[in-house]
Amino acid sequence: MEDIINFLFVGVGGQGILTASDIAAGVGLEAGYVAKKSEVHGFSQRGGVVESHVRWGEDVGAPTAEKGTVDFLIALEVLESARWIDWLRPDGTLFINRQRIAPMSVTVGDAAYPSDESILEAVDRRTDDVTLVEGLGIAEQLGDARMTNTVLLGALSTRLSVAPETWLAVIERRVPPKYVEMNRKAFEEGRRHG
Amino acid sequence: MKNADSSTRRRLLSGNEAIALGAWEAGVRYAAAYPGTPSTEILPALAEYAGVRAEWASNEKVALDSVIGASFAGGRALAAMKHVGVNVAADSLMSLSYTGVGAGLVLVSADDPGAFSSQNEQDNRHFARFGKFPCLEPSDSQEAKDFTAFAFDLSERFDTPVMVRSTTRLSHSKSPVRVSMPEEPREWEPLPPFERKQKKYVMIPAHARLRHPEIEARMEAIAEYAETCPLNRVEWGDKRIGIMADGMAYQYAREVFAGFSFLKLGMVHPLPEEMIRDFASVVETLVVVEELDPFIEEQVRAMGLDVIGKEVFPRTGELTLARVREGATKAGLPIDEDAPSEEPIGEALTIPARPPALCPGCPHRSVFFNLRKLKLLVSGDIGCYAIGVLPPFEEMDMLISMGASIGMAHGAKQAGCPDDIVATIGDSTFFHTGLPELANTIYNRGAACTMILDNRTTAMTGGQEHPGTGVTLQGETSHEIDIESVVRAMGVEDMWVVDAMDVEGVEEAIREAVAIDDRPTVVLVNGQCVFVPGFRRRPVARVDEDVCNGCGFCFRVGCPAILKSDEVDEKTKRPKAEIDPLLCTGCTVCLQVCPRGAIYETETEEA
Repeated sequence: MEDIINFLFVGVGGQGILTASDIAAGVGLEAGYVAKKSEVHGFSQRGGVVESHVRWGEDVGAPTAEKGTVDFLIALEVLESARWIDWLRPDGTLFINRQRIAPMSVTVGDAAYPSDESILEAVDRRTDDVTLVEGLGIAEQLGDARMTNTVLLGALSTRLSVAPETWLAVIERRVPPKYVEMNRKAFEEGRRHG
Repeated sequence: MKNADSSTRRRLLSGNEAIALGAWEAGVRYAAAYPGTPSTEILPALAEYAGVRAEWASNEKVALDSVIGASFAGGRALAAMKHVGVNVAADSLMSLSYTGVGAGLVLVSADDPGAFSSQNEQDNRHFARFGKFPCLEPSDSQEAKDFTAFAFDLSERFDTPVMVRSTTRLSHSKSPVRVSMPEEPREWEPLPPFERKQKKYVMIPAHARLRHPEIEARMEAIAEYAETCPLNRVEWGDKRIGIMADGMAYQYAREVFAGFSFLKLGMVHPLPEEMIRDFASVVETLVVVEELDPFIEEQVRAMGLDVIGKEVFPRTGELTLARVREGATKAGLPIDEDAPSEEPIGEALTIPARPPALCPGCPHRSVFFNLRKLKLLVSGDIGCYAIGVLPPFEEMDMLISMGASIGMAHGAKQAGCPDDIVATIGDSTFFHTGLPELANTIYNRGAACTMILDNRTTAMTGGQEHPGTGVTLQGETSHEIDIESVVRAMGVEDMWVVDAMDVEGVEEAIREAVAIDDRPTVVLVNGQCVFVPGFRRRPVARVDEDVCNGCGFCFRVGCPAILKSDEVDEKTKRPKAEIDPLLCTGCTVCLQVCPRGAIYETETEEA
């Protein structure tokens, strides 16, 4: 199983990670690959960590990648980029949405949220290919914070050979009709920040 | 298993969606389930197909019993449940094996290796062996669809229930499935009148004794059939290693052992003995890769064959590419040494954990805040309220299975436990197995306090209807069974009915209830899960920074909307509280617990 492209979307419950990974898998299928995606629902949705794997290839076995083999790590939350960085292959591509969501352990004072600088320093040891995206800010400017994931998909799309139109076609099928136009803008804005 | 042609298209389906599609294609008429991760999505997917009657049952045994009735009456039927749900249904399942079926009957067991959302990681392939019926194990969504449809034919051909075993990884991953277009509504022939077969369907001892030899003969016939069953197949490659694998384990194995020979087992019970012997005689080293127990391995060893298995692959937890690779390396097998970089780099940084928390606005918050305050012994149950065991509450002392909270509290009390004890159980769980447990406490003159936390939905699994909500899976209005009336009718005289958002009211009710120690008491806490459609947010709460002194009391309600502000109180040197207006639902619990009155409703300010 040569040449599998591995994606890992990570963040916090409620950030639209499952939708983003659904779209990425759909794009892979549309582009002619065998696409698989995998996540765990249930307990983790209640404010916990959410992870979703997507794999594209001529042939794909497991629906999850192995630690250290992820080509594209898309972190919708800053701290989560550090938690999952070991999954990225050395010199893989990392996108970080510049949004901080404090875990309960930080809120109640049992732990501290590391500074952006220390997180970036940690992830830099794995890869130089780090892109910070103001996903939340862009989505809010365009009118809805829930489109943060679409902004990140736009940024991600700049690194893949699949045509933007294919991404947009899959996004259109996935989001409610009245949000299609906004999501198109969010995707295009994301492409400018990729 | 047709090949793709112009009349089919590929769609990404989850294993659960694919199981539903396969059942529909096989002409399932009736399906029932109790929600449980990772099986939950099967029934809602089936409910979408025109002509299928799909229902939420009040528990898994009821689901299977209903499905048995449908099958005896001549309609193809499917029951779906999580692995531990099969334990609940096992009473009927074991004897269903004896009666056999009318029309095809399929039981989907969705196991949870890794216990992502379960109280154990039992391996339900054993049920197939224990109960003497076949078990099919798909490895991707295409197979989930195909095997489920196939299971109905197999069920009718051999007059047996058939188990389709999924796992979390299969149920909740998506992979391409060839889907025929269009999915037309089905015209149903009415079922003929019931065909009476008393010696087959009425399991009195005399009949059961007659059925048992037939079941043994049936298993022999299916074992013979397994040798040519199209779900088992050999994929020849390098013959130095021959790998036997089932379910998702096959997917990990075929990446790690790329290029070697495979015996892929789609039917894991009964095993195709001749096929296995033939395969073993050709390959140099025989390996079994399977998740959890050595189910295949032990049977292969009993055939007298040497095999590498659980001495290198883990018995616990979910398999992964890495764990299969590690096992292969440990066994010294000649796989490609392209293991990924292992140097961890996150170590320099302490990354705070992100455990699940009760949602902002959750009606369980006031209950666990008070239980902690009152330092009671808490017998817990399955549901979102299990989060009560995590910080900041850490207020749960036992939890084992659906409905068990009430029985455990009763038994502890009857044995002489001196602590004040309460059982906490949700509304859906109360209808699942709480009813007979409470009847038992009342009947046996128990003295435990039962708290029923009614949030109007089956919340943990994503918000399914149940007998107390008055709506069916397919959206019909139904009778809404009123928990208060039920409890009173059962004879509980000491009952408190309180609003979940009334923090003091909840406290008072618990205090009064546990003070009674010679008869059963019930506290019914009425609230609404924030995910119930129609949930109405109230004006958000805000912190008055001039009044807040950073005492941190509000942090103890464990609300994700309450954050530490950057501002520190001059006297206490502690950070003040701040409320995220996007997350806050206006439940007012924090406002009620703040000792300084520093939190207010925005409505109040604007008025």
